[in-house]
Amino acid sequence: MPILTRIRAEYHDSIILMQVAAALLDLPGVEDAAVVMGTPANQEIVAGAGLLTPEVAAARPDDLVIVVRAADEAAGQAALAQAQEILARRGPRTETTAARPKSLAAALHAAPDANLVVISVAGRYAGREARAALDAGRHVLLFSDNVPLEDEIGLKQLAVSKGLLCMGPDAGTAIINGVALGFANAVPRGRVGLVSAAGTGLQAVTTGLARRGAGVSQAIGAGGRDLSEAVGGLMMLQGLQMLQADPQTEVIVLISKPPAPSVAAKVLAAISPAKPTVVCFLGADPGPIEAAGALPATTLAQAAAGAAALAAGGDYYGPLAEMAEASKALIPLAEAARGLLRPGQRSLRGLFTGGTFCYEAQALLQGLPEPVYSNAPLDKARKLEHVVTHPSTDGSEQQALSRPPAQDAVNPPHTTKHPERRPHEVRTQSKDATVVHTIIDLGEDEFTQGRLHPMIDPALRNRRIVEEARDPATAVILLDYVLGYGAHPDPAGASLDALRAAQRVAAEDGRQIVFIASVCGAEADPQPLSEQEAKLRAAGVIVLPDNAAAARLAGLVVALAGNAFENG
Amino acid sequence: MNLFNEPLRPINIGLASFYDSMVAQGANPVAVEWRPPLEGYTELTHTAAGVDIEAANAEAFRRITTGRPLLVGMGRAADVIPGFAPARGRLLITHSGPPIAWERMCGPTRGAIMGALLYEGLAETPEEAATLAASGEIEFAPCHHYGAVGPMAGIISPSMPVFIVRNETFGNLAYATQNEGLGRVLRYGAYGPEVIARLRWMDAVLYPALAAALAASGPIDLRSMTAQALHMADECHNRNKAGTSLFIRAIAPALVQAVKDPAAVADVLRFIDGNDHFYLNLSMPAMKAMLAPAENIPGCTLVTTMARNGTDWGIRVSATGERWFTAPAPLVEGLWLPGFTAADANPDIGDSAITETGGIGAFALAGAPAIVQFVGGTPADALNATLEMYEITQGEHPAFTLPALNFRGTPAGIDVRKVMRTGITPRLNTGIAHREPGLGMVGAGLVSAPSGCFAAAFAALRAL
Repeated sequence: MPILTRIRAEYHDSIILMQVAAALLDLPGVEDAAVVMGTPANQEIVAGAGLLTPEVAAARPDDLVIVVRAADEAAGQAALAQAQEILARRGPRTETTAARPKSLAAALHAAPDANLVVISVAGRYAGREARAALDAGRHVLLFSDNVPLEDEIGLKQLAVSKGLLCMGPDAGTAIINGVALGFANAVPRGRVGLVSAAGTGLQAVTTGLARRGAGVSQAIGAGGRDLSEAVGGLMMLQGLQMLQADPQTEVIVLISKPPAPSVAAKVLAAISPAKPTVVCFLGADPGPIEAAGALPATTLAQAAAGAAALAAGGDYYGPLAEMAEASKALIPLAEAARGLLRPGQRSLRGLFTGGTFCYEAQALLQGLPEPVYSNAPLDKARKLEHVVTHPSTDGSEQQALSRPPAQDAVNPPHTTKHPERRPHEVRTQSKDATVVHTIIDLGEDEFTQGRLHPMIDPALRNRRIVEEARDPATAVILLDYVLGYGAHPDPAGASLDALRAAQRVAAEDGRQIVFIASVCGAEADPQPLSEQEAKLRAAGVIVLPDNAAAARLAGLVVALAGNAFENG
Repeated sequence: MNLFNEPLRPINIGLASFYDSMVAQGANPVAVEWRPPLEGYTELTHTAAGVDIEAANAEAFRRITTGRPLLVGMGRAADVIPGFAPARGRLLITHSGPPIAWERMCGPTRGAIMGALLYEGLAETPEEAATLAASGEIEFAPCHHYGAVGPMAGIISPSMPVFIVRNETFGNLAYATQNEGLGRVLRYGAYGPEVIARLRWMDAVLYPALAAALAASGPIDLRSMTAQALHMADECHNRNKAGTSLFIRAIAPALVQAVKDPAAVADVLRFIDGNDHFYLNLSMPAMKAMLAPAENIPGCTLVTTMARNGTDWGIRVSATGERWFTAPAPLVEGLWLPGFTAADANPDIGDSAITETGGIGAFALAGAPAIVQFVGGTPADALNATLEMYEITQGEHPAFTLPALNFRGTPAGIDVRKVMRTGITPRLNTGIAHREPGLGMVGAGLVSAPSGCFAAAFAALRAL
């Protein structure tokens, strides 16, 4: 096998030369290669490898030595040429030296002007990062959930003592100084400041304001547990105080599921008459809110409409009459939809990605004569407990609230402590089943363990849309779509196949499904609102401007269906 | 500060999509490349006995960074290293890394011990040397137990000449042998006749010449010389060209003055000049001398020793004193000398990690653009390699600065707590020895310390 040598009077660092040698060894036909400076020590090493040619022996320490043992002359020459090419290629490169901090401390060193730390690492680590950020005097948005309650209390107490915000844990949404953080929408800046313990609630109201031409000064997420007895509303109170002091904020909106009574009292007591304050505690009694000098809103849409009117210098109650009118317009829509249903199609199936929307829908549908069950119910007695885990056909663990009927024949249903609270099985096993409605929050823990939130990954809901359509009792499928930063790039588009498949499945059985949806988003979002709504309408979905309207329409349809078929 | 009245500048820790959204909105965010803490981490601010760890670490850092190591002289190990002299038939040979018995020693360490026995005249052949080494008549101990450090196998036997480094600030001493050069050398496990012949020459010519020159020149300030070498693109672990050159500049006049034979002077200068790593055996004892005063400070979580014997990777921590915390030595990601591949490599070996422990070596890679191939190939990679080490260190070394980082001090004082919290372990530059005895160097590369040492040390610190 020939050994080829090239000697050149040029200097390269040995590390570069080792890399070149490594590259030569990868070439076809190259048995061994040495690329070194011709020092005596290197000559010895080359000799040790059996590559010592007379040229190598004669090389001086300042000479570059390239020596190759190859299968044939041609391969050897190619390797020598390659070596020189690689060495020549090592010219100046453009590159950035952007720091890549691995810790908060290093990031603060790189950006001492940083003022807010957004944390979304796993819950068991998140608290520590949040504490470090607060200790360093920075505001925190703590997106992570599964942070222990005592840590949340400690973090928020620390924040309050330093005059900082600790938004979260479990705060999915905020808009600070016009920057949308987490799951949030591109809405204009304006005069309305918000504090919310409900993430999608904050998105609903901020986008609702945008629909009515009003803007947001600040939108502060407090975290889902903030208004619990234990946490005591520390962050809602802190946020409220900051908005009261903020000259850009002229109208304040507070949003939550019903707070613990003692906490509600504390929050209401902190409301100042200096700025009109809208309070939307979903499902709560408006009396104490009015008594506190605040303006109660029963739905997110109402809060948005009322606050927009206030921001425009109008009357809070102005838009309410107009909204009542709009509600009346739902009746002919419902009648038309009812006309599509066959006898037996009596049930409402809500499949929600936004927890607040799921809650609001249930609150609005409490008046239905039949019970509404949910995995996240308003009333614990209506808890849908039949969450089963079974392997899917592709071998991955799949979680669903009910077993597909086909499998029930071979696998007996799981027994639970409360068999009477397993409406899905009742439904699938008997034609004479009691009519029940189900409203599911697909963002709850039982669905998100080990998978992305349904606002990001719609696959699970898409599957359930088709599954619900197989059920002959299903009349209406009620859906929410959430747009904005953090969300799926095309939520409506991603569901179209499932919507079509669902209608096909129903059609094979001689049925039609009524799809009703609302889209929470803004025109300036990465997924423009009008485009998303148009996609759904084109697929035959009835799209309403807000979740409350959609839930009301869905309730009307199933109520009409019940009356019509019972009477007839 | 009033958040609402100043521009929002967010730091994102977690989901990359949130960072992307911030960028899309022009918010100029900073992304943290976060990773979870090591298993077993909890917040630790005081020892169980109530000692304030931060204060203890600050004191250790002060001691490390105010030390002033001077090269003050030379002598044979048995004569100058306390406890080294053979007594009652006992013969001591020290090696790199944590304690290890002959049976578990790696190839290069065994080869180097065999070579040392040949050099001492205690064996005639390699086979005889191996038999003697395995006989139990030789006592083996870490160099670190004697205030000494040795690169790679790190073997010191009683007759070997050593440099003596004195920390002027604290009065403590440290030792290291003279560096032999690269390739087939004792410290890489080679023991052939050329290796022994070189050691004998270093013994007969190099040592007396340098000792005489040092006596004539007076002490040489190694902290200052190391600081200068760092400004000349050395990191003083895997690149010692500048340090070696500076040493020649410092010693040459005294050498000429003290050594009468011009041929010997020429040979000595040629030998040092022909060995780019000559200065390694000065930067190492200098770091050892600077770190030793930080040992045994109650509550202190800073690392005082990192060392490998080719089988185990070990650290010692200030508050836990002499105790070693070990994990299996990993393989080194390397670049290979001609004729060798990764299959030839021994796991990580040597006391040279004392350089990183003291805040130079890979911790100063930002200042050594010539060897950035170790970390990906661009000077930016080298900058980032150094920047990452600030995450796990107590502070910035006031004596060792990096022009490329606007003269920021090198990251110094590895805090076990920070290693645990960030999951980042110290990175080292290192040479790679052949796994078989007798064959020598096969490459050089980069290795990250195994996390197990730090987890074990942290558990012990929590119990203090």
